Amino acid sequence: MTTKDIFITDKNLKYRKLKSNMVLIFCVFASILTVLPLLYIFFYTTASGFTHLSLDFLIQMPKPVGETGGGMANAIVGTLILIGLASVIGIPVGILSGIYVAEYSGGIFSNIVKFVTDVLSGTPSIIIGIFAYTVIVLTTGSFSALSGGFALGIIMIPTVTRITEEMLKLVPQSIREASLALGISRWRTTLNIVLKTALPGITTGILLAIARIAGETAPLLFTSFGNQFFSLSLDEPIASLPIQIYNYAKSPYTDWHQQAWAGAMVLVLLVFIINLIVRFFTKNKFSSDV
Amino acid sequence: MMEEDFKDDLEEKSEDKFSITTENLSVYFNEKPAIKDINLKVRNKSVTAIIGPSGCGKSTYLRSLNMMHELTPSATVYGSIKINNIDIEEFGVINLRKKVGMVFQKPNPFPTLSIYENVTSGLIYTGNYKKSRLDDIVEKCLTASGLWKEVKDRLKVSAMTLSGGQQQRLCIARTIAVNPDIILMDEPTSALDPISTTNIEELVYNLKKEYTIIIVTHNMQQAARVSDHTAFFYLGRLVEYSKTRTIFTNPKEKLTEEYVTGKFG
Amino acid sequence: MLDIIYEMFINSYPSRSQFGLSFIFSQDWDPVKDKFGALAFIYGTIVSSIIALIISLPVSLGVAIFLSEMAGKFLKTTIGFLVEILAAIPSIIFGFWGLFVLVPFMRNTVQPFLQSTLGFIPIFSGTNIGTGMLTAGIILAIMITPIISAISRDVIKAIPNSQREAAYALGATRWEAIRMALLNAKSGILGATVLGFGRAVGETMAVTMVIGNRAQISAGLFDPAYSMASVIANEFAEASKTIHVSALIEVGLLLFVVTFIINSLARLLIYTATKKYDTR
Repeated sequence: MTTKDIFITDKNLKYRKLKSNMVLIFCVFASILTVLPLLYIFFYTTASGFTHLSLDFLIQMPKPVGETGGGMANAIVGTLILIGLASVIGIPVGILSGIYVAEYSGGIFSNIVKFVTDVLSGTPSIIIGIFAYTVIVLTTGSFSALSGGFALGIIMIPTVTRITEEMLKLVPQSIREASLALGISRWRTTLNIVLKTALPGITTGILLAIARIAGETAPLLFTSFGNQFFSLSLDEPIASLPIQIYNYAKSPYTDWHQQAWAGAMVLVLLVFIINLIVRFFTKNKFSSDV
Repeated sequence: MMEEDFKDDLEEKSEDKFSITTENLSVYFNEKPAIKDINLKVRNKSVTAIIGPSGCGKSTYLRSLNMMHELTPSATVYGSIKINNIDIEEFGVINLRKKVGMVFQKPNPFPTLSIYENVTSGLIYTGNYKKSRLDDIVEKCLTASGLWKEVKDRLKVSAMTLSGGQQQRLCIARTIAVNPDIILMDEPTSALDPISTTNIEELVYNLKKEYTIIIVTHNMQQAARVSDHTAFFYLGRLVEYSKTRTIFTNPKEKLTEEYVTGKFG
Repeated sequence: MLDIIYEMFINSYPSRSQFGLSFIFSQDWDPVKDKFGALAFIYGTIVSSIIALIISLPVSLGVAIFLSEMAGKFLKTTIGFLVEILAAIPSIIFGFWGLFVLVPFMRNTVQPFLQSTLGFIPIFSGTNIGTGMLTAGIILAIMITPIISAISRDVIKAIPNSQREAAYALGATRWEAIRMALLNAKSGILGATVLGFGRAVGETMAVTMVIGNRAQISAGLFDPAYSMASVIANEFAEASKTIHVSALIEVGLLLFVVTFIINSLARLLIYTATKKYDTR
């Protein structure tokens, strides 16, 4: 048998090549299929939101049904307040547990923290909402901004913990050694040297966490509840963009639907811009050390 | 004859000649020995080089002197290390590291701090400084490390803008700012170009007037150039320790001779 | 964390003591008559998630293969970025879009088409209202595809190149070489799938808006249904009776336990899959 014969005898080859190409074409097709809804959602939301977005939308209060115009100023402010509250709870706890897991790893307790963080990040947000409800709403007796912020804060924790841990692990060991070799204590090293080096990365992680909670709806349904009026107090129900969108979208009024589209666009743009910023800043991360 | 000189030298009774003594020092990683029973006396205000093929335990020895092995949970250290006749356990790890500075293989300035802040970091984060004196200290240490002229106009810029050789000299300045007695150098020039290497070697020569220096190197010529005494490590054991000239011209052990003449390594 | 379980356990006590196991096996849910059984919700959650998985899995795998084995640098970063954004869009937006775009599309185009061609199969029967199990499954599929494909991509990337080269060296076609890599990555991909399933099970807003919200068990995929998370979202704020609230909390507890098990399983699979080739 000559070499030539070997090639000719593989009668399957044509079939195999065809199969290979079919699968590869499917992969391309799948990618297009995945990206399409995104582009569709993005452009649909922007297009329908843009026509209804105006200055009024941003600074005016909601008008009663039947009257045109009005805006979601209360919801925007409410969302900002909720994000603020959530950050006060979620960021310090998240960073501290991230430091604990990354810098003091090995112990049983740090593994427990890691496991709990993983579980927490997979827990449906509505469960967190129930938790915030039983802890705060049941004890204080009313829906409040505080309970909403508490729920969102807990949702933030795993994201912040995870990103802190990963960023701290990217800091080269030599930096830690340099600091310790100068006689700088362990916690000073962690706080002033290591954390400072990892700060840009952690900041982007926090931004991502904020982008996530800004759109959270489910846990707010029965914590911050929603409010048609302007409110700044923390122990009363407060409006928020996602809830307002939800309520308006379910309503039968076209005018409210349009308002909801504008709100949806604000949220989508927020998420998009934050992701773009994060992408831009994480591109060159630590490239100078490697 | 020279060997005889050296013998007298070693047996001299006055202990203040030696700043570091290790007795039966062994370090194990996960129960496997990296160095075993090292007995070494390092002379005050001189340069001692540690040479040997890679994996012979040079760095392991060096890192045990300022308790860097504490960071590795799998490492256990046996034997005694004394500095100026005091066991290092008595210093406490923080004080020990202030007394025993370390310069690493790769330059590792703190990337988020400026040149100025890098030099002062050891003082500031140990909370042991007078603000008014910082400027003087920075100038003094950068001058001592030969960097002052090059960077005096840009002390506030990030340390990462410096070249590799400059970064390494900055790390040396940072180390001497804490005012240690001893400086450990772990292959300080292996990541540098020849010109920077020459700079660092000159620097080492100048620094020995004030500091006791132990330098680990895989470059035998470097050991011959900068050190007064040389210790040859092989497979975790101390094979020979003598005046540098003796090691390179008339070694006692066959193994040493083979190594310095390039027969293996 | 433990507190979450504790609080839910305590607060669901009235419902647990009153209904016992029948809570899980009964499909009567009538707040007015104080009758609560969660079977319809459990059914809705699981079926909608399975539909999502059936649609999403092949697509996600395709994307993962495309991103890890085929795409050039530009496409890789661009599509990778778009997929990430898709994962970051709030679920309320998906729900909203689903309600106003997907539901009419399903009602006017997809469902009549399926009914006329495949209507003899019972699952493609039902009334054409647009909302319902199938729509919820599709929305969920869109939402979990980015998650499954991103993790699968990372797992496939972790397979050393030598594996592919070995396959090519044996005369394999491109797909056969990739299939070798996939076989190596299968536990990781399974983990990613399970994780995506967990996300689908816990998803609330998007499902609530398109599933139709009717507590019933029906074979027809076009029929409205209900999910565990949705019933909590819809009724919790308005539940006034203690027994109603506690029944909802028990649904929450069930949901939590289910997602907990699913997620632990997924983490375990992904962890072992990425560790195998971790050379550090």
